Amino acid sequence: MTRRYPVSVWIGAVIVVLFAFLAAFGPWLAPYGEGQIVGDVWEPLFGTYFLGTDNLGRDMLTRMLYGAQTTVGISLAATTVTFLLGSLLGFLAATAGGAIDQLVSRGVDAILAIPPLIFGLVVLSVMPSSIPILIAVMGVLFAAPVFRVARAVAMDITVMEYVEVARLRGEGPFWVMGREILPNALTPLVAEFGLRFSYTMLFLSALSFLGLGVQPPTADWGGIVKENSAALSFGLVAPLIPAAAIAIMTIGVNLVVDWVLNRTSTLRRGS
Amino acid sequence: MAAVEADSPTLLDVRDLRIETSQADPADRSQLVKGVSFTVGRGEVLGLIGESGAGKSTIGLATMAYARPGTPISDGEVILDGDNVLDMAPVAVRRLRGQRVAYVAQSAAASFNPALRLGEQIVEPAVIHDVSSAEEGRALAGELYHRLGLPDPDRFGERYPHQVSGGQLQRAMTVMALVCKPDLIVFDEPTTALDVTTQIEVLAAIKDAISDLDTAALYISHDLAVVAQIADSIMVLRYGETVEYGETGQVLHSPREDYTRALVSVRSIGHPGGAAPIPASAPEPVLLMSGITAGYRRGQTILDDVTVAVPPGRTVAVVGESGSGKSTLARVAMGLLPPWAGELRFDGAALTPHLKRRRREELRTLQMIYQMPDVALNPRQEVKEIIGRPLTRFLGLRGRKRMDRVVELLEHIDLDASFADRLPGELSGGQKQRVCIARALAAEPKLIICDEVTSALDPLVADGILELLLRLQREDDLSYLFITHDLATVKVIADDVVVMYQGKVVCQGPRAEVMSPPHDAYTDLLLKSVPEMKLGWLEDVLEGRRMEAAGN
Amino acid sequence: MTSLLLLVGRRLLYGIVTLLVVSFLIFGGTELLPGDVADAILGQGATPEAVAAIRADLDLDRPAWERYAGWLGGILSGDLGTSLTSKRPIDEMIGARLGNTLTLAAVSAVVAVPLALFLGLLAALYRNTAFDRALSVATVSTVSMPEFFVGYLLILVFAILLGWLPPNSNAVANPNLGFGDHLIALALPCATLTVVVVAHMMRMTRAAVINIMTAPFIEMATLKGVSRARRVFRHAFPNALSPIINVVVLNLAYLVVGVVVVEVVFVYPGMGQLMVDHVAKRDVPVVQACALIFASTYVVLNMSADILAILANPRLRHPK
Repeated sequence: MTRRYPVSVWIGAVIVVLFAFLAAFGPWLAPYGEGQIVGDVWEPLFGTYFLGTDNLGRDMLTRMLYGAQTTVGISLAATTVTFLLGSLLGFLAATAGGAIDQLVSRGVDAILAIPPLIFGLVVLSVMPSSIPILIAVMGVLFAAPVFRVARAVAMDITVMEYVEVARLRGEGPFWVMGREILPNALTPLVAEFGLRFSYTMLFLSALSFLGLGVQPPTADWGGIVKENSAALSFGLVAPLIPAAAIAIMTIGVNLVVDWVLNRTSTLRRGS
Repeated sequence: MAAVEADSPTLLDVRDLRIETSQADPADRSQLVKGVSFTVGRGEVLGLIGESGAGKSTIGLATMAYARPGTPISDGEVILDGDNVLDMAPVAVRRLRGQRVAYVAQSAAASFNPALRLGEQIVEPAVIHDVSSAEEGRALAGELYHRLGLPDPDRFGERYPHQVSGGQLQRAMTVMALVCKPDLIVFDEPTTALDVTTQIEVLAAIKDAISDLDTAALYISHDLAVVAQIADSIMVLRYGETVEYGETGQVLHSPREDYTRALVSVRSIGHPGGAAPIPASAPEPVLLMSGITAGYRRGQTILDDVTVAVPPGRTVAVVGESGSGKSTLARVAMGLLPPWAGELRFDGAALTPHLKRRRREELRTLQMIYQMPDVALNPRQEVKEIIGRPLTRFLGLRGRKRMDRVVELLEHIDLDASFADRLPGELSGGQKQRVCIARALAAEPKLIICDEVTSALDPLVADGILELLLRLQREDDLSYLFITHDLATVKVIADDVVVMYQGKVVCQGPRAEVMSPPHDAYTDLLLKSVPEMKLGWLEDVLEGRRMEAAGN
Repeated sequence: MTSLLLLVGRRLLYGIVTLLVVSFLIFGGTELLPGDVADAILGQGATPEAVAAIRADLDLDRPAWERYAGWLGGILSGDLGTSLTSKRPIDEMIGARLGNTLTLAAVSAVVAVPLALFLGLLAALYRNTAFDRALSVATVSTVSMPEFFVGYLLILVFAILLGWLPPNSNAVANPNLGFGDHLIALALPCATLTVVVVAHMMRMTRAAVINIMTAPFIEMATLKGVSRARRVFRHAFPNALSPIINVVVLNLAYLVVGVVVVEVVFVYPGMGQLMVDHVAKRDVPVVQACALIFASTYVVLNMSADILAILANPRLRHPK
């Protein structure tokens, strides 16, 4: 039987691949330097410069390409930290149970009791907004919800009798986690990774938009929105370009994730 | 296929009913019901019987012009009292349901609305169809509660579903079906989820109620012995097709088809030479659990001073209903639940109660097989990995040698070598259970604990598994601790029987002794509640009970 | 009934403990820095005098737990402390702004909640129709949009190109603003929050309703000949109540936080903007006070969601 993918998945996949490519090779594709001033302030779209120029007369296309690398790169790094931390702790809590589970779970409850943006702002009021700190803050904050998902998924699997069979065979905890749980947890975790990545990107962009994320002159999409926000009152679309880029990338990821989630839930119901 | 001649005027006439799945691409569609025809006369009961996937529930719902999402009725006629219900306007269909045809679902617990009082739900069909006023409905319901033996009948309707037991809910659902005095009731496995001792009460209640009100019924079940007690005629279904259709006596006593014959003779495979003879000098038991008291939470004792011994080469069946503690006994033996008190001995030596502290040799010689093969096999591992892992872990086999042994084991359980590369998802239920057995055998154990290993399987498949287990016992000199709720299975497989009730052993000994009178009261009740494949069994049992009650 | 009270009481107690833990985390969040907070606030090249002054303002010579106890004690007696930069009492700075923020959140909720419930219910009842699919694409898209994108898009269209509404909500700062003008000033930020929150709430409502409409007891009602309207309102609704209350309250909590970015987009004189400004100024006491108010609202809303869910559960209301 041939698998048919819905149109939405195709759209999502094309967006994700395209943006990933731009993020990976942005600086090499960019016609100018990241901070190079090439023309007047806010020159129009599709003129000398394909996306016009920004508030300092830098080429917008160049800024967007550099920004792609910063925004996607930081989000990807933070999401990776999130996943390593969250899923490892989640699996551990689910397989170990008892006191370890209680301890980690209550700690995570505490972190989740505070909205992440608010907690992020508190920490950034004393810490510099450098890229490693942004990655660390987001990585740790978002590990909490990932922990919950990973623990729930692992719990669903640990009650399965094949895991009990492995225990009855005297297998160690790492064998159980790696060979019995992980292969069955992969699909929901991949979907969760996509979801978390898009959420992290929105969060980073919001911070940068508030002036508390990536600091100028480094280009990132949220920051470009902030730098060019004054253009709006002249009826210019400059700040909407990076904002739209964020939205499109997130839509792409969500379309793919939605499909994966729907598919796994129908599979589960079917069995 | 000769239709059964109805003695009474025809009420329901189903002609060439076809139901298929509704994929957009016709190539993907599969037929669930492939042209089934039958008739039901007024006041008659037709039993629909078959394995899971035979299409019996789908047919039952079709008589109410209802199809579950994704499985539309594609062709055929359902004529009720002269009208084809499949052609009726939606409003007419709504008037039909609940009023002229009523439905009793398998899971009463899920089918009653948790937010509404039972009384309101039970009287609802009468009220919305203007059959009676709410008061009259309540009065009739009260009378029916009484007749079906529900507790505190005057106030029963004030309760919420979660405040009532499963058996009572099932009877309440029968009241709900009867409240409009319908012409036809569809019973969809109404007793399957119940314990045997409860099943017989519900079955008797249903039989009395429909014969008193002269209601016709479709009685759907996978258990031929149950259907035989209540149906005037029986239709045997398989893969959406009629296998055999005839009067109950004919189907039971002179079945025309091989499949029906197999169903009738299910659970009558012979245990070679009956029970194994008791050796003159009692050898040391393989497993001895003495004075076991255990539970999951303090103050909630699940097992109370239980002693069970499994002699070498024999099968000890532990029988009991839900809540008897029989599965907990298995968990204690496996070291998953260390007991509060009592001693475990294996092969003459003390057995560590904690799984984590057991030596590899202890783990190897004691294996377990589960009820649900679906969740006992990792869906992401191929059969050769599933069977091969214990070979590596317990016997140190690797590479070529391990693969050779896997193939040997597969052949041992009647599967060929090609199964080694399959994933569990590509196996049938019976094949999965066979792979589970092979996995246990791979460790070369002395004792295998079988926890309800045939309960989730269709009867014929279950028979195959039982035969396999018996053969393996002969060939490999295995002992089994066989946990089950099903006494018919016990008769097939057990040498010794332990009857458990609410955490205590109420009776134990060789099978012949336990199965023949005199018994203690509970064992007696349990034994007499197992439906037998003969006409009039239900009446005999009920008569026996009445006599006993009168005698006391 | 007693077991119900016990459950609610336990949840209340848990809420109070959570509030304490939250205050601890917010205070601890500013202590994470390995070095001296005073240095971090002033940056490199600060004069020793300035550092000393900040250290004195923040009481940095006392151990952290003593300062935490003092801070918490102050808050419990209604004293939020003093701003580092403006030297004004924080209560005074927050006063009117808190009111503005709550107004914005409340007006948005009044629009968003009925809209989301209505659309979610429709999508569930007409599941897998073109209407449902279109709505689903629309919600995936709006969930994916940053708040500032929605906000700027609305400004560009309704304020700049059409000129119908003011591009920012400065006007709200004027205490003598008339009711009509107030609403006009609120229109765009409100619309932005509504767009963002409706998508979430609608998806969750749809899922909750579908979950109930596919329950076996609804099929049973169909087989009893119960009409569609009665199935929805008499059979599904009492069961849907608890999950829907949950959806609404969870989204109100989301709304309270979403306000931060929207206030900055529209220069709306609320708590969110105050907080962001003072994070940039590294005015730690103001940030802590704002954070505590936001987080407490969030905690209390989440707790109400749980308590309402307990109260709406028939199994708990009518124990055996």
